[in-house]
Amino acid sequence: MSKQLRSYIIMNSNDNCATALIDLFKNSKLQLHGGSIRINQNIPMGHKFALNNINEGDLVKKYGQSIGVATKEIKKGDWIHTHNLTSQYIPEVLKE
Amino acid sequence: MNEEFLGYQRPMGEVGIRNKIAIISSVVCVNHIVQEIASRVENAVPITHPLGCGQFGPDYNNTLKTLIGLGTNPNVFGVVVVGLGCENISSRLLAKNIKKAKKPVEYFDLQEVKGGSSVAIEKGVKLGNNLSEQAKELKRESFDFSHLVLGLECGASDSISGISVNPALGIISDRIVKYGGTSILPEFTEWIGTEHLLIERAIDKSVAEQIHELLSGFLENLKDLGINFLGVQPTPGNIQGGLTTIEEKSLGTIAKAGKSPIQGLIQYTEKPKGKGLWLMVEPSLDVESMTGLAGVGANIIVMTTGRGSPCGNPVVPVIKICGNPKTCEWMAENIDVDMSPIIKGDQTIEDLAEVLWLKIKTTLNGKETQAEKLGFYDVAIWRNTASPFQYMHCK
Repeated sequence: MSKQLRSYIIMNSNDNCATALIDLFKNSKLQLHGGSIRINQNIPMGHKFALNNINEGDLVKKYGQSIGVATKEIKKGDWIHTHNLTSQYIPEVLKE
Repeated sequence: MNEEFLGYQRPMGEVGIRNKIAIISSVVCVNHIVQEIASRVENAVPITHPLGCGQFGPDYNNTLKTLIGLGTNPNVFGVVVVGLGCENISSRLLAKNIKKAKKPVEYFDLQEVKGGSSVAIEKGVKLGNNLSEQAKELKRESFDFSHLVLGLECGASDSISGISVNPALGIISDRIVKYGGTSILPEFTEWIGTEHLLIERAIDKSVAEQIHELLSGFLENLKDLGINFLGVQPTPGNIQGGLTTIEEKSLGTIAKAGKSPIQGLIQYTEKPKGKGLWLMVEPSLDVESMTGLAGVGANIIVMTTGRGSPCGNPVVPVIKICGNPKTCEWMAENIDVDMSPIIKGDQTIEDLAEVLWLKIKTTLNGKETQAEKLGFYDVAIWRNTASPFQYMHCK
């Protein structure tokens, strides 16, 4: 295997989250748009983190499109997953 | 735009990229006989399944039409159908319909052969060998890409697929459409949450309406029936891998279909009504999708995988591409194109799309895929009859 050259990918310039391409560790600092971003929790490869602060009720965007709604405030550098993001489609089906 | 590939002209105008002899079971009871025959005939493939009798309604139609579709697939030169003799999807019925494609078809039932299964195998081998000799007479000729029907498949996805291999396949799907070819995206439960994007790409209002009815109607039906879809989409493995919601998974899934306009929806056993990009109504099991794609005339399938899948199809070469570096190393013999450089960061999605394009061209011209070399002849046919049995209670 060749050397890993980048640690995350942003799929669209309108996105407010990025996907980790390697396991990222809490407190590590990544280069971002000429500045930097501090990672607040361990982020496994393939998982997402916030590129900026996202309010509760705001859309989380990947591929330039909504992938769901933030269920609580998400800080820049936070891990984004089922604990703070929910689908706008399947949960309606789940309600009894 | 002057790109061409070497294929086989079929009597009805389609073009095959293989010249297979298909040995087809009309019913589960003769699967072993079919496998034995296929293993002894040069260039033959077995088409076996657990169905063929006691079926009714949509199940019956799906099995019948899919088996006919596999026999008439342009990658097939000729067919031997083997039946038992008492099933409701008979060898005669299949043979009669496959013959409409004007290709050589033989059929017989085990119960008509004196001497049992061993004699039936000998008979099948003789018929198969005869077709195989005829097939050798046919030579490859040059064709342009408008003769191509590409199936867009994914299986054992992880969160890497949607950000690497799927968009790369989307570039190739758009190219084949631009060259006048056809591309088909199955697996509609993985479009949930992207309805607005698919509708925007529909060629007219009626297609947009069909997409809306399918996806919104499906969610409504789930709600009415009280069916819990959590854990179905995204799957537990998807969530573990970092996919949080169905819309995130779906955005990755539909990336395989690029940006081309959507010509329409086709049913599981329905051929596209023209060139361009089509959506196929099929729930989401990869082998079932690929069987459907082969049944409606796909001559090549590209399957993206993340966690790794070995699957193939008896009549259609399946090129497997993978973006996950670990899977590419661990399951190297099952992966045709290692696309992990996208994730490692030393090459882009566009770079790897060109590597895939080259692999597609060599595959069209005859180079075997890993699934072909290893003999993966997977068949699964969608069963979608609402079961009357669910209303029966034993007291």
